[in-house]
Amino acid sequence: MQEIALSARNLSVHYGDKPAVKNISLDFASKEVTALIGPSGCGKSTFLRSLNRMNDLIPGAKITGQILIGDEDINNPATDVVSLRQRIGMVWQRPNPFHKSIYENIAFGPRYHGIKSKKKLDEIVEESLRKAALWDETKDRLHKSALALSGGQQQRLCIARSIAVKPDIILMDEPASALDPVSTAKIEELIAELKKDYSIIIVTHNMHQAARVSQKTAFFLNGEVVEYDQTVNMFSNPQKQETNDYISGRFG
Amino acid sequence: MKAKTADKIATAAIVVVAGLIIAILVGMLGFILVRGLGHISFHFLTSAPETIRKGGGIGPQLFNSLFLLVLTMVITIPLGLGAGIYMSEYAKPNKLTDFIRLVVEVLSSFPSIVVGLFGLLVIVNLFGFGFSLFSGALALTVFNLPLMVRITEQGLKSVPREQKEASLALGISKWKTITSVMLPYALPVILTGTILAAGRVFGEAAALLFTAGMSSPRLDFTDWNPLSPVSPLNPFRPAETLAVHIWKVNSEGLAPDASEIAAGASAVLIITVLLFNLAARWLGRLVYRKFTATK
Amino acid sequence: MARSTERQQAKPHLVEEWVGRIYTFLCILLLIVTIFSMVYFVASKGLSTFFVNKVNIADFFTGVKWSPDGVPPLFGALPFIFGSFSTSILAALIAAPMGICASLFMVEIAPKFGRKYLQPVIELLAGIPSVVYGFVGLSVIVPFFRNVFPGQGLGIAAGSVVLAVMILPTITTITTDALAALPSGLKEGSYALGSTRWQTIYRIVLPTTLPALLTGVVLGIARAFGEALAVQMVIGNAPHIPHSLFESTSTLTSAITLSMGNTAMGSAQNNALWTLALILLLMTFVFVFIVRWLERRSKI
Repeated sequence: MQEIALSARNLSVHYGDKPAVKNISLDFASKEVTALIGPSGCGKSTFLRSLNRMNDLIPGAKITGQILIGDEDINNPATDVVSLRQRIGMVWQRPNPFHKSIYENIAFGPRYHGIKSKKKLDEIVEESLRKAALWDETKDRLHKSALALSGGQQQRLCIARSIAVKPDIILMDEPASALDPVSTAKIEELIAELKKDYSIIIVTHNMHQAARVSQKTAFFLNGEVVEYDQTVNMFSNPQKQETNDYISGRFG
Repeated sequence: MKAKTADKIATAAIVVVAGLIIAILVGMLGFILVRGLGHISFHFLTSAPETIRKGGGIGPQLFNSLFLLVLTMVITIPLGLGAGIYMSEYAKPNKLTDFIRLVVEVLSSFPSIVVGLFGLLVIVNLFGFGFSLFSGALALTVFNLPLMVRITEQGLKSVPREQKEASLALGISKWKTITSVMLPYALPVILTGTILAAGRVFGEAAALLFTAGMSSPRLDFTDWNPLSPVSPLNPFRPAETLAVHIWKVNSEGLAPDASEIAAGASAVLIITVLLFNLAARWLGRLVYRKFTATK
Repeated sequence: MARSTERQQAKPHLVEEWVGRIYTFLCILLLIVTIFSMVYFVASKGLSTFFVNKVNIADFFTGVKWSPDGVPPLFGALPFIFGSFSTSILAALIAAPMGICASLFMVEIAPKFGRKYLQPVIELLAGIPSVVYGFVGLSVIVPFFRNVFPGQGLGIAAGSVVLAVMILPTITTITTDALAALPSGLKEGSYALGSTRWQTIYRIVLPTTLPALLTGVVLGIARAFGEALAVQMVIGNAPHIPHSLFESTSTLTSAITLSMGNTAMGSAQNNALWTLALILLLMTFVFVFIVRWLERRSKI
C-alpha cells in the first residue's frame, strides 16, 4: 500500500453558479508525480489551485468538500492557510520571479519562516539552486536581478524558490508551456529528479509530457475525472472511450 | 467636395487650438521666468522679506515651504499607503466599499479653501494647535490624502496576480506579501504619483491661509532647538509659505518692489514644481529599470 | 516530525496579519471620520446664520446687498453665488472647446506629436500652482482688459480666462482618455463608408463619447467653482452683481478668503461666511453626483 500525500474528497468548485469542478475524489501518492490532463477549461487548473487554497483569492469562488493531509481537512475555514501553503509549494505557467535578486527570490521564504542566520540562508539558497539545477549558471550572479535570467532559468528559479521553504508537495500548473523545447526538457528532467523528495502534482495539456514525467495520470473532462490510473496503463490501454479519444488526439 | 472643405477647415481649427495651448504655456513660463529670473539672487533666496522697504527676500518662506512639504508627506504617506492598501487588498466588493469610494471621491473634490476652513475650526481652534506649521501640515494631509489613496490603489492594482500568488504560495502572510512583494513592485507608480502630489502640496496656498497662517515670526537660523519659538525647526510656530507669500504680496504688498518680488517668488515656485515633475519621471523610470534589470 | 512542531510554534504571522488589517482599516476610518466631521462642522457653523443669527434663508439667497457692518446688517449672498456660477461656467465655455480640440488633436490628428509635446504641456499646466495663475492674470490679463475694454480690467472676464487655463488640463485629460478608449471598429466603419475625418468626428466620435466629455466639463466646472486665490486676485472683490464682464465683483471663495481672517469667530458676519463655505461644500456634492450619473451613462 502506497503512502498518500494528499487526497481530495468530493471536491467541488463553483464560480458563482457555474460549476468548474464537480465532486472529485482523488488520492495523490507520496513521492510520485501525478499528471492531470484534459482539454482546456476541463477544470484541471481550478482543481489544482484548490489544493493550496489559492482559489480563496478569486472573488465568487466557492469550494466544497474535503482536502485531506493525513487526517487534517485543509479545506476547513479554520485552517491557517499561511502555514498550509508552506507545506504545499506551487509553480505557475509563466515564470513569475519576484522583482528582486536571485538570492532574495530564494531567501525570501525561509527568512520569513524564521531563519535569520546569514550562513544558514546561504546554505538554503545554494541547496535549492542545486536541486533546481540552476546553481552553476547563477552562482556568480546571485545578487543580480532575477529578471535578467532567461525564461527557462526563471522557471527553474521559481521551482528553487518553492523548494526553499521545504514543502512536502509541489503543485505545477503547466510549468513548461511558456518555454522552448530545450528548457522544457530541462524542467522535465528536474521533475524526475525532484520526485525523490517531493510529491508532485502537475497539470499539463501536453500528453507526451504527462507520459514522460508522471507515474499516475488523471484525465479531466468537463469538471469531472473520467479516468485515473497508472500512467503506463492509461496511455497503453485506456478504459474509457473519452480517454481514448483524447489521448489519440481526436479532440482537445 | 463640401465635406472635404469642412474637413480641412475643422482640422486646421483643431491644429490652431493645439498650437494655442502650447503657446499659452510657453508664454506663461516665458513671462514668469523673464520677469522673475532677473530678480533671483542668493540674497533674494536667503534674506527675510521687508514690509515697506525695497530689497526684501523670500528666505523664510522658502524654508517654510520645504519644511511644510516634508512634514505633510511624513504624515500623508503612511496614512495614504494604509488607506490605499485597505481599498485595494482588504475591502470586499460590497455596498460599504462603494460608499467608502464615494467618500474618498467627495473628499478629493472638496475645494481647498473649505479644507483650510475645516482646519481653522478643528485643528487650529478645537485641538488648539493654533496657526502653525503642524496645523498646515494636517490640513494639507486632508487635502492630499484622497490623491495618495488613489495612487496607492493604482500602484497595487498594477501588480500582476501571479506575483501576489507566488508569495502567498510560499506560506508568506498577506500583510508581508503586500509590504515585501507588492509594494516594491508598485513602487515606480507610487513614487511618481507621490512626487507629483508633493508638487501640488508645494504650490498650495488656499488651504494654508487659515491654518499655517499668513505671517512668520522673526526666525533665528542659528537656533536649531525645535522647541524654541524662534527656531526654524519648531513645527508649532506660524509659517507663511512661498505660495501664500506670492498671494499676499500681490493683494496687499506695500513694498515698492512688490511685483518684482512676486515675479521672483513665482519663478522659484514654478522652477521647483518643474523640478518635481522631472524628478518624478526620472525616478520612476530609474526605479523601474533597477527592479526589472532592463537596460 | 521535528519540522511540524517548529511550524506549530511559528505563528507570529497571525499577529502580523491582524496588525496590518487593523492599521489599514484605521487609516481608511480616519479618512471617513474626517469627511463626516468636515461636513458636520461646516454645516453647524453655516446653519447658525439662520438659526442663531436669525437671518432669513430666502433673504440670504436672494438678497443682493452684502453689508455686514450696516445698520441693520444685511446678508444678501446672491452676488457671490452669481459670481461663482458665472465665472466657472464661462470658464468652462472657454476651456471645453479648447480641451476637446486638444484631445482630438492628440487622439485623431497627430497622436505622435500630440503625445510627445502636447501631453507634457497639459501636464505642466496642471502642475502650476494657482497663485501663479493669479499672478499672471493680475499682471497680464487684467492690464490687457483694462486697455481694451472700459473698466478696471478686474471682473468676471478676467476671472474666467484665468480659470479656463486652470481647468483646461482637467477637461483635456478626461476627454483624451474617453476618445482613446473608443473602439477603433466604430471609426473604421465610418471611414469605410467614405466619410471624411471631420464627419467621422462629429457624427460618430463626439456623440458616442458625449457623456465622458461632459464628465470632463463638469469636473472642470467643479474645480473652477472651488478655486479661491487665483480668482480672488483678479475678480476685484466688490460685493455686488456687476453690470458688465469687466466690472469688479466677488465669488463665494473670494469673499471667504478676504474676510474670514478679519471677523471674530461666532459673530454674525463670521457665521455668514461659513454659510458661503457650506454652499461650496454642497455644490461639491452636486458636482460629484452629476459626474457619477454621467459615468453611469457612458458605461451603457
